[in-house]
Amino acid sequence: MSNMLSDTARGYILHISIIVALALIYDVLGNYHSGNLARIMVLAVYAMGYNFLFGYTGLLSLGHAVFFAAGMYGLGLSIQIFEIPTLLAILAAMVSSIVVAAGIGFLALRTSGVAFMIVTLMFAQAGYLTILYFGEYTRGDEGFVVAQSARQLFGFNLADDVVRYYAALFLFAICFLATFKLVRSSFGKTLIAIRENEQRARMLGYDTGKFKLQAIIISGLLAGLAGAAYALLFGYVGATFATVQYSIFPLLWVLLGGAGTTIGPLIGVTFMFYLIDLSSSYTSAYMLVAGLALVLLTLFAPQGIAGILRRKVFKWLP
Amino acid sequence: MASMNLISTQKLTKQYGGILANSNVDFELPTGQITALIGPNGAGKSTFVGMLCGRIDATSGEVFFNGENISHLPAHKRIRLGMAYTFQITSIFSGLSLFENVALAARPNLSKPNNEKQLNDKVYKVLKRVGLDDRAMQIASDLSYGHQRLLEIAMGLAQDPELFILDEPTQGLAESEVTSFIELVKSLAGEMTILLIEHNMDVVMKTADFITVLNFGEVLANGSPDEIRNNPHVQEAYLGTSSDA
Repeated sequence: MSNMLSDTARGYILHISIIVALALIYDVLGNYHSGNLARIMVLAVYAMGYNFLFGYTGLLSLGHAVFFAAGMYGLGLSIQIFEIPTLLAILAAMVSSIVVAAGIGFLALRTSGVAFMIVTLMFAQAGYLTILYFGEYTRGDEGFVVAQSARQLFGFNLADDVVRYYAALFLFAICFLATFKLVRSSFGKTLIAIRENEQRARMLGYDTGKFKLQAIIISGLLAGLAGAAYALLFGYVGATFATVQYSIFPLLWVLLGGAGTTIGPLIGVTFMFYLIDLSSSYTSAYMLVAGLALVLLTLFAPQGIAGILRRKVFKWLP
Repeated sequence: MASMNLISTQKLTKQYGGILANSNVDFELPTGQITALIGPNGAGKSTFVGMLCGRIDATSGEVFFNGENISHLPAHKRIRLGMAYTFQITSIFSGLSLFENVALAARPNLSKPNNEKQLNDKVYKVLKRVGLDDRAMQIASDLSYGHQRLLEIAMGLAQDPELFILDEPTQGLAESEVTSFIELVKSLAGEMTILLIEHNMDVVMKTADFITVLNFGEVLANGSPDEIRNNPHVQEAYLGTSSDA
C-alpha cells in the first residue's frame, strides 16, 4: 500500500515478467527441461481452470478429468474421424468442453459440499466409461496418435520442439492473463464472495446459482483447452487422461501451489512435476516421496506455496 | 395500496413439519416509517421476515412489494427490487476487507459497476456513516463484534434499499453501542422504510413509529408505541413478562 505502485500495476508486472521469463529461459534450458516445461505449461492451464472453480469460487470438484478429456477428445476425434482442419478442431474442443461443463454444472450444482464432490466424481467416471464404451472410435485405454499432418497450425509444425514450447507458452500466457483479469473483475470478486459466504452474497442480490454455473463453464473450458493442447502438442489421445487420477492431480497441484492465487497453479505443477521427476531418479518408490512432501506441505503450509508468499511477503498477490 | 404500504402480506403461512411458525399473517408495512416487529422468543419473527425477503420459502400466502406480487420471486430478485436484509447472526465476508464487503453490496446498485471512483465514493460514504471509514482496509474478521454488526448495517446501506430489514441488530451489543445504534437508525428515518425486529424494548420505544406484535405465529396487535404499551393483550403476552418493559 505504501509504495507508489498500485496492486493492479504490480499484478501486471508480475504476470508479464513470468511470461517473459518463460520465453527467455528456453535457450538456457536443455532439450530435456524445455520439453518438461512445455508439458508443465499445458498442465498449468488445466490447473488454472481447476483453481478458478476451487480456489476462487470455492467448489471442490473431483471430476475435472472429464473436462480435460472433453477437450482432448473433442479435438482428437474431430481430426481422426471427420478430418477437419486443426483450427476448427480446436474450436470443436472448446465447444465440447463448454457443453460438457454446462451440462454437468447444471446438474451437479443442485448439490453442494461433499455431495458436489461425489456427483462430479461420478460424472467423470461416466465420462471415462463412455470413452471405453465407444472403443471402436476412441480406441479405449490404448488411445490413438494424432496424425502428424494434423499437428500443424498457421504453417508451424507443432511437433517441433521449439514450436511446441512456444505454442504451449502462447496458450499459457493467454489463460494466465485472462484468469488474472477475471479474478480482479467484479465478476471474479463476486465469485470470491460466493466462496466466502454464499448466503450473504445471495442476500446482496447476486444470482449465485448463475455465477457458479458460469464459473464451472469457464473452468471446464480452460481444462478442455489444456486437454486439446496436450493432444495437439504431444500427439496422443488416450483414456488414461479421463481417469480419476487426472481429476485428483489438479486438486493436488492447486493445493500445493496455493488455491485462490493466480500463480499457484504454475508453481504447483512445476513443483510436483520435478518432485516426481527427481525422486524417481533415486528410488522406484518415488510416489512415496511425493506423498510425504504432500503431507508435509498440507500440514505446515495449508495455503500452498503462493498462499504463504501472499501472507508473509506479497500481500497484493492476486 | 401501493403508495400507503411498501410491503404487505396476505395469509402468509409457514409450517415446519407439524409446527406452524406463522399462520395466516396479514401484515402491512407503512412506507417511510420505522416499524418494529416484536414478540416473545419463538413467536415467528425471523421466519416471517425470512419469507418477506425470500430467504425462507412460504408454505402458503402471498407477499406484495410496492403493490406487486413477489411471492414467486427468488431471494436475489427481491433484493434487487430494493430490499436489504441483515442477518440475526452476523453474516459478513469475514476473510475480505471492509472495503470489499461494502463494495460487494454496492456494486449491483451502481449505475456504472466498473467505475472505480463511483464505487470508492459510495463505499467510503457508507463506511463514514457508520464510523468505520478509517478501518476500510482491515480484514473484517479482525473487527470487534460490535463493529462487525455495524459493517453489516453499512452493507445494507450500500444497497440503497427502499426497505431495510434489521433482524435483531442490537443483540450482543454493549450499552454504549446500543445508544449509538439508536442514533444511527433515527438518522435513517425518512431515507428508507425500516422493519426492525428487536428484543430490546428500549430500542423499540425510542426508534419505532409503529409496532406490530407477533405471538404464536399470529399478529396479536398493531399500533403506535403508546397504543402497544397500553394494550392489555400485549402486556399479558409479552411486555408483562419482559424485564425490559
